[in-house]
Amino acid sequence: MKVLVPIKRVIDYNVKVRVKADNSNVDLANVKMAINPFCEIAVEEAVRLKEAGTATEIIAVSIGDKSCQEQLRTALALGADRAIQIETDQNLDSLHVAKLLQKVVEEEQPQLVILGKQSIDSDNNQTGQMLAALTGLPQGTFASVVKVDGDKVNVTREVDGGLQTVALNMPAIVTTDLRLNEPRYASLPNIMKAKRKPLDVKAASDFGIDLTPRSTLIKVTPPSERQAGIKVESVDELVEKLKNEAKVIS
Amino acid sequence: MSILVFAEHDNNELKADTLKTVAAAQAIGGDINILVAGANCSAVAEQAAKVNGVSKVLVADNAAYEHQLAENISLLVTELAGDYEHIIATALTTGKNFMPRVAALLDVAQISDIIGVESADTFVRPIYAGNAIATVQSLDSKKVITVRATAFDAVATDGNAEIVALDTVTDAGTSSHVSDELTESERPDLGAASVVISGGRGMQNGDNFKLLEGIADKLGAAIGASRAAVDAGFVPNDMQVGQTGKIVAPDLYIAVGISGAIQHLAGMKDSKIIVAINKDEEAPIFQVADYGIVADLFDVLPELEAKL
Ligand SMILES: Cc1cc2nc3c(=O)[nH]c(=O)nc-3n(C[C@H](O)[C@H](O)[C@H](O)COP(=O)(O)OP(=O)(O)OC[C@H]3O[C@@H](n4cnc5c(N)ncnc54)[C@H](O)[C@@H]3O)c2cc1C
Repeated sequence: MKVLVPIKRVIDYNVKVRVKADNSNVDLANVKMAINPFCEIAVEEAVRLKEAGTATEIIAVSIGDKSCQEQLRTALALGADRAIQIETDQNLDSLHVAKLLQKVVEEEQPQLVILGKQSIDSDNNQTGQMLAALTGLPQGTFASVVKVDGDKVNVTREVDGGLQTVALNMPAIVTTDLRLNEPRYASLPNIMKAKRKPLDVKAASDFGIDLTPRSTLIKVTPPSERQAGIKVESVDELVEKLKNEAKVIS
Repeated sequence: MSILVFAEHDNNELKADTLKTVAAAQAIGGDINILVAGANCSAVAEQAAKVNGVSKVLVADNAAYEHQLAENISLLVTELAGDYEHIIATALTTGKNFMPRVAALLDVAQISDIIGVESADTFVRPIYAGNAIATVQSLDSKKVITVRATAFDAVATDGNAEIVALDTVTDAGTSSHVSDELTESERPDLGAASVVISGGRGMQNGDNFKLLEGIADKLGAAIGASRAAVDAGFVPNDMQVGQTGKIVAPDLYIAVGISGAIQHLAGMKDSKIIVAINKDEEAPIFQVADYGIVADLFDVLPELEAKL
């Protein structure tokens, strides 16, 4: 069984992003970049499926400029077998990403596609679901358990009320939540080996998809900052302030 | 202009967040219809009919919609979409699950998690864990939108909309529901509570969350948690507050043994008053707290409960 894992290069999760002075966007110059944490969980899940003998091949794919090859190499070091970069300088809408991935799914015919539930830059939470719709496949989003069972996959999902388990006919699309697994670190020998694994580069413009933007980013502004308040010395003082100053308890 | 609002519910009760999503629809402006899709959900339809500013409630009552499987709901909404310029759902797990499918089936982009409406095609939304706020203009003819409920004030419920039963059944037949494992709680929903008290890694184990319960009882509060507390298995996943969990904005948020990582702040920094209880005076949570107390939570919590 083939598993396709689309991944995204994003700002490192420890970095607090700044808005550019001209409010045109955020400033990513010289900012540490990394594989989106949810995508890393997706790679790990695919690798575990391979270690369990369920998956036979793992293909990582990323859409972006040349720099995303770095994250593809990370995925290869973690255990993906080969990688595809779909080259573009454009900042694509999730819909475009999903359309490009649809072509990859048609070509590679994976039984499972595992994606992160959201990228921590645009916070959209869309691509997996859109890919599922375009390919007509069922989806198990926000997964905390993935169990392949014959031609079905059972996915336990993190939902507002707790957990929900659904059974999906394969091929299927899964998006990861935080509790699905704890990704491993790539070992040095595996990082070396990853350098020799195949990485195909294809131009986004060769896919025959209209990539005209569907939205215009008008401006990006910093959020209104909260002012730090005061430190109270005792629980009595805290209760007094909450009652008489903030008036949020009675 | 017409707007379709997807109702959040559990087949019995309309979720209060839908009232806030309708407020977002009113800000856009137009004739507002609500869709109730579920099974044996007529009680929800009746509640939806009382929502102010709504002209019609469409009810798709069928076993295919009982568990709100994304494959089936997205087909239904796409079928209805012809009549609407805007299709709107609350950015909760149900809406997040099926709405992007609707957008893709309609060949339009989705604008996720809006916190403001500038005009019928221009919306405001947080990006990068709320560290930047984007204003985005949609160029698509139809707008598919999810709404961050905490950013809007609920509309009243003294309306009287017409209820229309739909007989379309859209069953994709590719997925099925197996089981639910829902957290039972007598407390208010995290999203709806006016007071939230959350515990982090500093709580040390799940048992110690009992220390929060007594306080929550006295304040009518919901109990939340940081990711670290959920990952460590102290409490279930549905209690996670943050960028990738639940977004809350209560009148009072009490963070106990939580350091204040950007991902946690993203879920609670719009609370009216924030209290931080942490033994590390350098913890970043103090930078957003109105009232901080630098002390051991195991001393503070019992005393606080006693003094409330
Ligand atoms: C992709 C991604 C998504 C994430 N999404 C979320 C999210 O949605 N929500 C979220 O919360 N986090 C999220 N995180 C995790 C986040 O980065 C932090 O790791 C997490 O919030 C830390 O939780 P914490 O504050 O409980 O733990 P810690 O950072 O370990 O802080 C524990 C705090 O408790 C204090 N403490 C310890 N003992 C005591 C005591 N006895 N008395 C008083 N104080 C004490 C310590 O001083 C410390 O400040 C995400 C991370 C990633 C990478």
